[in-house]
Amino acid sequence: MLELINVSRRVGAEDHIIDVSLQLQRGSINVLLGPTLAGKTSLMRLMAGLDAPTSGKVVMDGKDVTGVPVRKRNVAMVYQQFINYPTLTVYENIASPMRVAGRPKAEIDAAVKKAADLLQMTPYLGRTPLNLSGGQQQRTALARALVKNADVVLLDEPLANLDYKLREELREELPKIFAETGAIFVYATTEPHEALLLGGQTATLSKGRVTQFGETTAVYRRPADLLTATTFSDPPLNVLAAEKRGQRFSGAGGVDFAAAPAHAGLGDGRYRIGVRPHRLELGTTHAAGFDARVTLTEVTGSETYIHATHVGTDIIALVHGVRRVDAGDTVHLSFDPAEILVFGEDGSAVAAPAAMAA
Amino acid sequence: MARIRLDHIRHAYSPDLAKANNYALREVDTVFEDGGAYALLGPSGCGKTTLLNIISGLLTPSEGHVRFDDTDVTLLTPEARNIAQVFQFPVIYDTMTVRENLAFPLKNRKVPKAEIGPRVEDMLRRIGLEAKADRKARGLTADEKQKISLGRGLVRSDVNAILFDEPLTVIDPHMKWQLRSELKQLHREFQMTMVYVTHDQTEALTFADKVVVMYAGEVVQIGTPEELFERPQHTFVGYFIGSPGMNVLPCDLDGGDAIVSGERVKLPAGLSARAAKKRIELGIRPEFVSLVARGTGIPVAIEKVEDIGSEKIVRARLGEHRVSAVVAEDHAIPTDADIAFSAERLNLYADSWLVERG
Amino acid sequence: MEKTWNNKAWFFVLPVLLLVAFSAVIPLMTVVNYSVQDSFGNNQFFWYGADWFREVLTSERFHDALIRNLLFSAIILAIEVPLGILVALAMPKKGIWVPVCLVLMALPLLIPWNVVGTIWQVFARTDIGLLGYSVDALGIDYNYVRNTFDAWVTVVVMDVWHWTSLVVLLCYAGLVSIPDAYYQAAKIDGASRWAVFRYIQLPKMGRVLLIAVLLRFMDSFMIYTEPFVVTGGGPGNSTTFLSIDLVKLAIGQFNIGEAAAMSLIYFLIILALSWIFYTVMTNAGNDKPMTGGGE
Repeated sequence: MLELINVSRRVGAEDHIIDVSLQLQRGSINVLLGPTLAGKTSLMRLMAGLDAPTSGKVVMDGKDVTGVPVRKRNVAMVYQQFINYPTLTVYENIASPMRVAGRPKAEIDAAVKKAADLLQMTPYLGRTPLNLSGGQQQRTALARALVKNADVVLLDEPLANLDYKLREELREELPKIFAETGAIFVYATTEPHEALLLGGQTATLSKGRVTQFGETTAVYRRPADLLTATTFSDPPLNVLAAEKRGQRFSGAGGVDFAAAPAHAGLGDGRYRIGVRPHRLELGTTHAAGFDARVTLTEVTGSETYIHATHVGTDIIALVHGVRRVDAGDTVHLSFDPAEILVFGEDGSAVAAPAAMAA
Repeated sequence: MARIRLDHIRHAYSPDLAKANNYALREVDTVFEDGGAYALLGPSGCGKTTLLNIISGLLTPSEGHVRFDDTDVTLLTPEARNIAQVFQFPVIYDTMTVRENLAFPLKNRKVPKAEIGPRVEDMLRRIGLEAKADRKARGLTADEKQKISLGRGLVRSDVNAILFDEPLTVIDPHMKWQLRSELKQLHREFQMTMVYVTHDQTEALTFADKVVVMYAGEVVQIGTPEELFERPQHTFVGYFIGSPGMNVLPCDLDGGDAIVSGERVKLPAGLSARAAKKRIELGIRPEFVSLVARGTGIPVAIEKVEDIGSEKIVRARLGEHRVSAVVAEDHAIPTDADIAFSAERLNLYADSWLVERG
Repeated sequence: MEKTWNNKAWFFVLPVLLLVAFSAVIPLMTVVNYSVQDSFGNNQFFWYGADWFREVLTSERFHDALIRNLLFSAIILAIEVPLGILVALAMPKKGIWVPVCLVLMALPLLIPWNVVGTIWQVFARTDIGLLGYSVDALGIDYNYVRNTFDAWVTVVVMDVWHWTSLVVLLCYAGLVSIPDAYYQAAKIDGASRWAVFRYIQLPKMGRVLLIAVLLRFMDSFMIYTEPFVVTGGGPGNSTTFLSIDLVKLAIGQFNIGEAAAMSLIYFLIILALSWIFYTVMTNAGNDKPMTGGGE
């Protein structure tokens, strides 16, 4: 188990990481999700031992490793850039960490073949990286990280430089591959979609802080605060201001609906309501809703993104089917009151969708 | 603004390659209408960037002609063609301020000073960078830099077309939404012909009126997002568009039915006769595969369910073939179930090409 | 609480520290020691205070040599930096000629200083040297041994021939690192050749140019071997640079104290000027204080 205990890192006058505590179990996939500069790479460097924390402790399997340099930590890293030895064959590339460690030949051979098989690189073992596609180069780098048999494998946006479809394929394979090894996997990404596909645990990051850490789907469905919810929403989360009085929520621009049973217990006051884009529907399917002026529609073939403004707030709705709505038109968007995220004025969550509680 | 005619374009990177019939671009013969938004979509190495460079004039095609309206521009340089281009990595003039960056193309073209000022101010407002007009461009974020490169193109009122080469690669997911919708709005305002190269289907489908899907140096289909989604002309389009891609199941024909792994699937009338004696495949989008109670559909083994937030992807096995189904977020997944295909959504492919319905 | 990662690391640094101590610090302290003492030979030294420094700083001989040095460095930088940039711009960026050009460029850099001096001494002679003879044949009265101007021209040309390559190679490295997209964008923006240079190539070359200027300044300011071999500091004292003067003082006149003081002053001047170059050039590329916050 890798533990970070109140870890902070300051560089000059800048806080790169602020008071992060995480417990990462063996055999788990841990996604670090956040935008560029949120601190994903900084946190990984601390986990690897490439940087020292300004304060706090890093504990590996109960042993304090705070000051231990990366060479002694048995970690492997995979980067966004495809980093391989250009003159070595794929076989030698994968074998390199074991050669450095001076493992016996037979053991190396077995491990390389196993990793190559897992990553579907067996037919390319004799080639050099420059004669491979981007996806194959990254598979080579992944295989090398796997044979190292590291305690911690850190992957820093490993699929960012790959084609969309290749990403999709590798993403589907990765959890299977990770499950085979039993190391602690840490995977940084800017894409909420990727976090969901990988599953496991997710830590959402914002400006050097971990805003929430837990099972990926739980963080997605029950975000602890508005910041986590917006970080973990793509397309961006729609946020409305509303006031609860009695059993009704009401807000600017005609928002007025009966609170769902799950929110019945909330006291009167001002709230912020988060509605995920796919929870908005065109028309009056649900009782709760509002009018919005369309700024743009984007059709993906099976679905339509409707961009609109509602009392000065940008709204995105993802609706099924092809719905051509002209810019400038006013449409009614409705949502199920049971499926909303409710946050207090300070942004902390006070209730989550009822259906998801199970 | 111009209509772009690509008249039987072929390109090989050297005469020797041409002789060996090794064309990077095998044959493109199409028209981009004036004021349209087009996307060139395909995996790495499909020839989309080659085609873009041929349109911009950075590359002269080995065969064929490029026409802007009635002018043959095949041999003209990029500056003579009067086009603008936004590159993958933002190209800005580091030492200039934002304002100077925008004025640069006008100054180079000897536009009178009195005219440059108002036009630059107008553009600053449109791309939302008024507040940073006097800052050095190098200190800005990636999305702001991309806006500057776009602004430098738009500020010239006379450009024939604006070309985009994967412009959102370095942009965070949240910013992508915003930048893309701003781009669409600018397109609407300026009504310029825009050609957008990407490997990301979401970007292509949401940006373009018409998407040109390319594969191995060839255009496999040009169509609206709906056409690409509902009637992929080639199995590659089915696979490449949609996430997950279309299920493509090899099958045999028997009367009016298709036999997939021994299971009988009823085809729409008249399809099977047209596809005799070829390699036949059945195509069905995961969105049109539903889970039904055991014994009422085609029996499959469910291998995995991926919860991706807004929906769930069910991965199942039908004989030796893999089948994916997309079901709604709230849909409970039974441990064993059959699948059913929406009959009107079935497509039949002979030697990978769509069999048209009679 | 930034931890020292590995205390054993000091053991690896230690030899370097010792080496630096022996090669730089100890000789430097010896020089400092000499500079405050006088000697009448026989290894007898006595305290002389700051008098040597005062003497050097007020001596006309020192002033003249210093001015010659500054003038020489100024000329060298004014010629070699633009010339180097021009040559680098003219060099091919891809293709089979790249290695050929690079090797040709590197050739002068491989020749030892005194050999360069000797080559040019012969090359520029009006009786047997190809260059001197040709110039003479053109009707120009050229003689680097007797004419001050000719001697300077010879030394400058020799240095340009020897060292411009260094500037070229550094600039070339900066140029090839500029992505193609920049040139394409500039073409599309209708930028002139000059604008491409001014707004793309020059800013992107900034860093290497700084190194080139620093290296060429320091080297030219310390020039010794070539003029010593070719002109011997003459005619008169017209090409007697600080370094040559220093040697004359220390070895020719065996005035160790004054020479030590002079070399320290010399050293400090180089240090100060290099620092000024560095500060000016790094600041020139930086932004003015920004209005509004960053990200």
